[in-house]
Amino acid sequence: MNPILRARQVNIYYGDKRAVRDIDLDIAPNTVNALIGPSGCGKTTFLRALNRMHDLTPGARVEGTITLDGEDIYGDVDPVSIRRRIGMVFQKPNPFPTMTVLDNVVAGLKLAGIRDRGTLLEVAERSLRQAALWDEVKDRLNTPATGLSGGQQQRLCIARALSVEPEILLMDEPTSALDPQSTARIEDLMSDLKKDVTIIIVTHNMHQAARVSDTTSFFLIGDLVEHGPTDQIFTNPRDERTESYVTGRFG
Amino acid sequence: MTTTLRHADRIATSRGARRIRNVVASVLIGLGTLVVLVPLFLIFWYLLSRGLGAIDLDFFTRSPAPPGEAGGGLLNAIVGTFMLLIIASLIGVTIGIGGGIFLAEFPRHRLVPLVRLVSDVLSGIPAIVLGLVAYGLIVVTTRQFSAWAGGVALGLLMIPIVVRTTEEVLKLVPTSVREAGLSLGLPQWRVTLSIVLPAATSGIVTGVMLAVARVAGEAAPLLFTALGNNLLNLDPSKPVSALPLSIYVFATSAYPEQQRLAIAGALVLILIIFVASLVARVATRRR
Repeated sequence: MNPILRARQVNIYYGDKRAVRDIDLDIAPNTVNALIGPSGCGKTTFLRALNRMHDLTPGARVEGTITLDGEDIYGDVDPVSIRRRIGMVFQKPNPFPTMTVLDNVVAGLKLAGIRDRGTLLEVAERSLRQAALWDEVKDRLNTPATGLSGGQQQRLCIARALSVEPEILLMDEPTSALDPQSTARIEDLMSDLKKDVTIIIVTHNMHQAARVSDTTSFFLIGDLVEHGPTDQIFTNPRDERTESYVTGRFG
Repeated sequence: MTTTLRHADRIATSRGARRIRNVVASVLIGLGTLVVLVPLFLIFWYLLSRGLGAIDLDFFTRSPAPPGEAGGGLLNAIVGTFMLLIIASLIGVTIGIGGGIFLAEFPRHRLVPLVRLVSDVLSGIPAIVLGLVAYGLIVVTTRQFSAWAGGVALGLLMIPIVVRTTEEVLKLVPTSVREAGLSLGLPQWRVTLSIVLPAATSGIVTGVMLAVARVAGEAAPLLFTALGNNLLNLDPSKPVSALPLSIYVFATSAYPEQQRLAIAGALVLILIIFVASLVARVATRRR
């Protein structure tokens, strides 16, 4: 199958410091892909390069090529249109503080100029159902989003990201701030979501990677050490360092 | 055993010492609070005791009587102050919030150091010099003292205050909220306008009120811009009076009647600022 996302010789610098080195990676459509590795290994840095989030970080620089459906996302293209196609869910739930639950979910459409209430409600319901949150919030759509629990807020953020129908969803340790129950719900979600969207998830939790992902990439101090089917990475890694990490000898 | 006892003893004595230190610290903090509050209450007390009796219906409905005659009020100055504050806010709030947004949301822009420098220098310029600027810009070119000129002088004074508070408040909005907006494929101006700015509204309003309160009490920059006017004037291209100007002129007057107006004017000026701040705060309170 043709990869939807392809990274070639990607290097990312913060000032003079190279945080990520010569990454080559192919992501197949409709799969869940985990990026694992110890803290500071560059996995989040790499993830944020995939929808040009580093454009905002002073001093950050991305080299190499990353293509989405064959198009270079660092080429002659508006980063806004790239982010429209590659959504993101962050480590901590970050609902828009002044908005209601409903306004949060449809913010991506509403603020892009779509005003038709029927369309917005329809998209809101579809996205909230996709994020397995509809039943919990359908009676409080017009209450402030900050009134939801942490786990609900994170699923709200997932619904918000899904509302603009991205091709790829980047998830940066989406469950690290949540309790085990909320974590389980979000993990269940991922396998349902992959029929609509390709997921790339950074996680510190190896069990999570093993549970939810089809492929796993192991990062270590800026290098992509090994990439392969999740089964193989966890049961029969080719690289010694991968084996030490997945068996819990360090990290 | 003995060591445990000694340990317990030590805890007991240190508890006593801690209690004493606690009392001493509390008393000092209380005294400090008192020292800060006393001047404020003295000012309030002075103005209330002398000014309250001087305020009557005439005060709000009439302009000053000719020197030596009884009666009259400060309608001209109250209206003038409102006119000046509106003109000043049009300039100071728009430019100030714009500048604050620029500094906070576009920190990588190459003009940021320049804008910051200009804002900092502006905040260090004495009010009377800004009055001179407005005099040179408007009074000289139009050959006319006017509310416009006074409003511009006060507006220039407001800009750096509004810039500073807007920038500070916007920086309090978490980066993750901005990133969430951008990751939805929204352009940055839209994220700033519809997501970041609403999250900072109450802080920005507080900053604006602070700036309004600061310039509402200025007399110096108005001396040769708005000039003052003993009659009620609603035309912004003509000289107007303002409460600080009237206070300045009347407080040193030989006529008791005018001194009375000055005290009452000071009280009303403070009340206007107080009420305006209160209203702004209630209006923008988070639900």
